[in-house]
Amino acid sequence: MIEFDLDQSDVRELNAALHNSDIAKNQSKWKVRNTKGRHAIAVGIDETLEMLIDGHVGYYCAGMNKHANITVNGHCGPGVAENMMSGTVRIKGNASQYAGATAHGGLLVIEGDASSRCGISMKGVDIVVKGNVGHMSAFMAQKGCLVVCGDAGDALGDSLYEARLYVRGKVASLGADCIEKPMKLEHKAELKELLKQANLSDINVDEFHRYGSARTLYNFNIDNVGAY
Amino acid sequence: MCGIVGLFSKSENIESHLGSYLSQMLIEMTERGPDSAGIAVYRNPTDKNHTKLTVLSPEDNYNWKKVSNDLSQHYDGLVNFEIRGNQATYIVPGTEEGITAWLYANHPDLKLISSGSSIEIYKAMGLPTRVIEKFNIQELTGTHALGHTRMATESAVTTHHSHPFSTGEDLCLVHNGSLSNHNRLRRILRKKGIIFHTDNDSEVAAGYIASRLQQGDDLDEALAASIHDLDGFYTFAVGTKDGFAVMRDPIACKPAVIAETDDWVAMASEYRALAVLPGAKNAHCWEPAPAKIYSWKH
Repeated sequence: MIEFDLDQSDVRELNAALHNSDIAKNQSKWKVRNTKGRHAIAVGIDETLEMLIDGHVGYYCAGMNKHANITVNGHCGPGVAENMMSGTVRIKGNASQYAGATAHGGLLVIEGDASSRCGISMKGVDIVVKGNVGHMSAFMAQKGCLVVCGDAGDALGDSLYEARLYVRGKVASLGADCIEKPMKLEHKAELKELLKQANLSDINVDEFHRYGSARTLYNFNIDNVGAY
Repeated sequence: MCGIVGLFSKSENIESHLGSYLSQMLIEMTERGPDSAGIAVYRNPTDKNHTKLTVLSPEDNYNWKKVSNDLSQHYDGLVNFEIRGNQATYIVPGTEEGITAWLYANHPDLKLISSGSSIEIYKAMGLPTRVIEKFNIQELTGTHALGHTRMATESAVTTHHSHPFSTGEDLCLVHNGSLSNHNRLRRILRKKGIIFHTDNDSEVAAGYIASRLQQGDDLDEALAASIHDLDGFYTFAVGTKDGFAVMRDPIACKPAVIAETDDWVAMASEYRALAVLPGAKNAHCWEPAPAKIYSWKH
């Protein structure tokens, strides 16, 4: 176990150690204390390791994560796990704006609520939120799944591409080109697996609705030609 | 960018260390705005029929005693005052009415930056640490306070363009964001008698709220109306004589976090500014929802 106390050393030292493959390859367990809302904690990890971040974190925690399993025992500021490639990021508290933005892969679990723009432009990550998500979530989401066990705010899935959205509670409103679609067996199976990975197997998949793209914004509409 | 903080006391401990806690919070927000910083603190309310005025001079070592004598004559009564840096706070036996014009006629180099029964505003150019030291903010006691550190995007970097802005009795506002319809609103509000000192957008927001309060709105009603009339991005923290409120615009891209314990309620642009408060780790902590008003009152 390697432990960093951010009252004693700064975030640059922590991230430099994580990026030094001689250190990171030989240390499978990491712990960070006294985070106090600092920014860019545990960013750019490219190793299979376990990381416990004990406390609230600021902007961009666990950004660009590859391979690592990161747990944040607290709340997160904006942009947690943005551009994640693989691995797992688990937030025990709430997440601020644009959690999992543009992330390509891996699993992001938020055990509290996520605020606005959760999963904006997601490109393959799976995001499971135990609570609610704010407005404009999954805006322009391209690939992957956003699972919301609570309610979703306004304009869910606006200008959506091929990401799949599963919401258990109420949706305040759907964004442009986002529609409800039937929950087929394959979707229930996919959702069940995601809930299992998020340690939320006790939640019944039959309570969810599925939303996806109507695909009407994909191509140029010839009826609009006169406008150019 | 800009960083904003607010602290509302619910206990003796916080009240007696209000300036110290608010200073620590504001220093944490330094990287969000290096241009200027300011605080508004609500403390030592005046006796009935008295008004507290905060006045700013362009230079240190101003002859404040002379102003005091002149004010005594003007009000025909005893005037007490306290000097901090290049500012002074006067307690005058009367109302604020006409005092801006009086200052302009008698001491044209001075600017009135707040008036009311308990508000005091201190602001200057530079980093929060410099401003806090200049005015000895750490020693201040009080019931609630707001702070701002500015990264200017929209109007000049001067002390007068610094936050907090006060455009009404005991009212002040700090703002993170930018407003796009402030020129038109300023014209409308001037016709209603609101006095503006700068071309700054945030001062218009403060003036708008002051105007609504004058028309009989309470703070929550004034903020609710501002959602329709102010166009732009904003997280506001607003202070009144006995209250404190936080509101974000409906898009809510400007950050804000609120935390509450039995001893205090606080808001900040980022959690790290709240982490300096006693018991922050276990405080109830949340992100304010868009277009929702959060307010507390003593």
